[in-house]
Amino acid sequence: MRIPIGDWIEAIVEFLLANFEFFFDAVSSGLGSLAGGLEGFLKGVPYPILIIALAGLGWWLAKRSVGIMTALGLLLIVNLGLWDETMESLTLVIVATLIAIVIGLPLGILAAKKRTVQIIMKPLLDLMQTLPAFVYLIPALMFFGLGRVPGIVATVIFAMPPAIRLTALGINQVPRELIEAADAFGATPGQKLYKVELPMALPTIMAGVNQAIMLSLSMVVISAMIGAQGLGAQVLRGISRLDIGLGFESGLAVVILAMTLDRITQSLGQNKIKD
Amino acid sequence: MSTKIEVKGLYKIFGDNPNRGFDLLAKGLSKQEIQDKAGLAVGLDDVSFSVETGEVFVVMGLSGSGKSTLIRCLNRLIKPTKGQVIIDGEDITRLSSQALIEVRRKKISMVFQNFALFPHRTVLENAAFGLEIQGVGSERFDLAREALHMVGLKGWEDNYPGQLSGGMQQRVGLARALANDPDILLMDEAFSALDPLIRKQMQNELLDLQERLHKTIVFITHDLDEALKLGDRILLMKDGRVQQIGTPEEILGQPANEYVRKFVEDVDRTTVLTAKDVMRNPDPVISPKDGPRVALRRMKEEGISSIFVLGKERKLMGLIKAEDAANAINEGRTGLDGLIITDVPTVQPDLSVADLIPMVATAKYPVSVVDENGRMMGIIIRGSLLATLAGKGDFQ
Repeated sequence: MRIPIGDWIEAIVEFLLANFEFFFDAVSSGLGSLAGGLEGFLKGVPYPILIIALAGLGWWLAKRSVGIMTALGLLLIVNLGLWDETMESLTLVIVATLIAIVIGLPLGILAAKKRTVQIIMKPLLDLMQTLPAFVYLIPALMFFGLGRVPGIVATVIFAMPPAIRLTALGINQVPRELIEAADAFGATPGQKLYKVELPMALPTIMAGVNQAIMLSLSMVVISAMIGAQGLGAQVLRGISRLDIGLGFESGLAVVILAMTLDRITQSLGQNKIKD
Repeated sequence: MSTKIEVKGLYKIFGDNPNRGFDLLAKGLSKQEIQDKAGLAVGLDDVSFSVETGEVFVVMGLSGSGKSTLIRCLNRLIKPTKGQVIIDGEDITRLSSQALIEVRRKKISMVFQNFALFPHRTVLENAAFGLEIQGVGSERFDLAREALHMVGLKGWEDNYPGQLSGGMQQRVGLARALANDPDILLMDEAFSALDPLIRKQMQNELLDLQERLHKTIVFITHDLDEALKLGDRILLMKDGRVQQIGTPEEILGQPANEYVRKFVEDVDRTTVLTAKDVMRNPDPVISPKDGPRVALRRMKEEGISSIFVLGKERKLMGLIKAEDAANAINEGRTGLDGLIITDVPTVQPDLSVADLIPMVATAKYPVSVVDENGRMMGIIIRGSLLATLAGKGDFQ
């Protein structure tokens, strides 16, 4: 007999839609206004100021060459006329990454502390990372309607697992003797977490954040399929019109954005630890 | 002296449902048999001892002897399966977790084998950790700085642990433990990761610090020389069981069983024993009021060629040679003036025998042991020194 998994999922989706519409509406409007506000800000600031700020951030956090590359890359984007689209995609990445961190960090800590949480979470994370994104685009569309919100939700689902995994890994990797030392001096579980475990795990956690950002960027085109604006939409337009040039230029802008964010975030967390 | 820590009938059995282990232990099964049969690891097997206030108590044993488990039961980093750990009349094993945190913050500090410093904190922040946990304000940095000065780390406050050598890192560990001024220091193989020279130096500095601070110290080591050097008393462990508790002299001189005897066999006695252990009673002596005739007669009675002169309160003044006394009698002199040789070799009672041997070998006159006030405590005779080194002496 065939097991009707498909029917079950449909039933669950319909049940959620029927009974939790208020919840999805609230999430939708919350995310929508958050993303809208951020996008308005990014587009509102004159581009030279933003470029200088980002280049300065790269120089300060990483090194001078990163600052220079950031400035040149972003200037190229301006030159190609893709600045607004880039800001739309950047908004999606920032919001999705923030949510991934806000949810992922506590879950990662929980997974590191409680074995049962880890056992339950492991297959779920595998599912989130490997299930083809198109499969949950449709339900996301049904829950949150057309536009950038379902794009953000789909991106969060895809980008969150490394944030959770690497947080748990980082905390599990803190040497036993340091935990023992914190205990021996009478640290409470909270003090242990904030004063020892999280600072020690910070480089690994930041690697997780970096991964989350990279995965968010890889979702830019897919979320464009359900109406998210930005570079992804330009790529899709290029494909549908067989406009090879437009497709390539938009793709190049995605790469520039990815490299910029990667170099800047990679250096985070490595600053303070000295040997 | 009062008792600071009292451990009564302490057991630690690792594994699921550890109480099964008690029956097996009662039946007389060995540690290995219990491991094979029940999958339980016996860490501590009926350990009892007490530590006096201000004492350096060394727990010694090879790896797997249970000494690390034992020290962790004292601040309950490991919860004992059975038994009591009483500190200042309070049973640590029964404390609520909140009360336990208080004891760890105020009363007991720990120093770790591999230092266990926080690499993301500066030396100063590391030393202040215990106080920070207690919620002490910026005053904690003054106290931490004081502790760092005490261990000789002035000027290193803003460095990170990774920039320091092993010996200096452990000084930070020690400063961190001292900063919140605990009564009790638990030192878990604190010097074992250091190379031999640094290690000796740290041992000496710990003893110097202890002279001033009078903490109650429980020191874990696998090194007998270290145990003998540091310990006021030593507890020797094997397979989670106490083999012997005693002073270094007792452990060396009266081993309780074959295991202890084997253990102490290879000790370099010359580094363990001091002048105090090998000196003899300086009889006979004379006082400066005696004349040359008395001196000569005493020497003849004992068959010796020189005699010590002691003043008030047994203060060493020097010695008189038999031929000088005889000459004085012939010249008809009655006093000792001008006869006393004051340039005689003396040593402090805590000088190690290893350092004593070259002195005794080259000295013209018998070497005398004097305390810091110049009072004579005893003399070193070559014969008794050799007997001690051969392991036959009773160290008295």
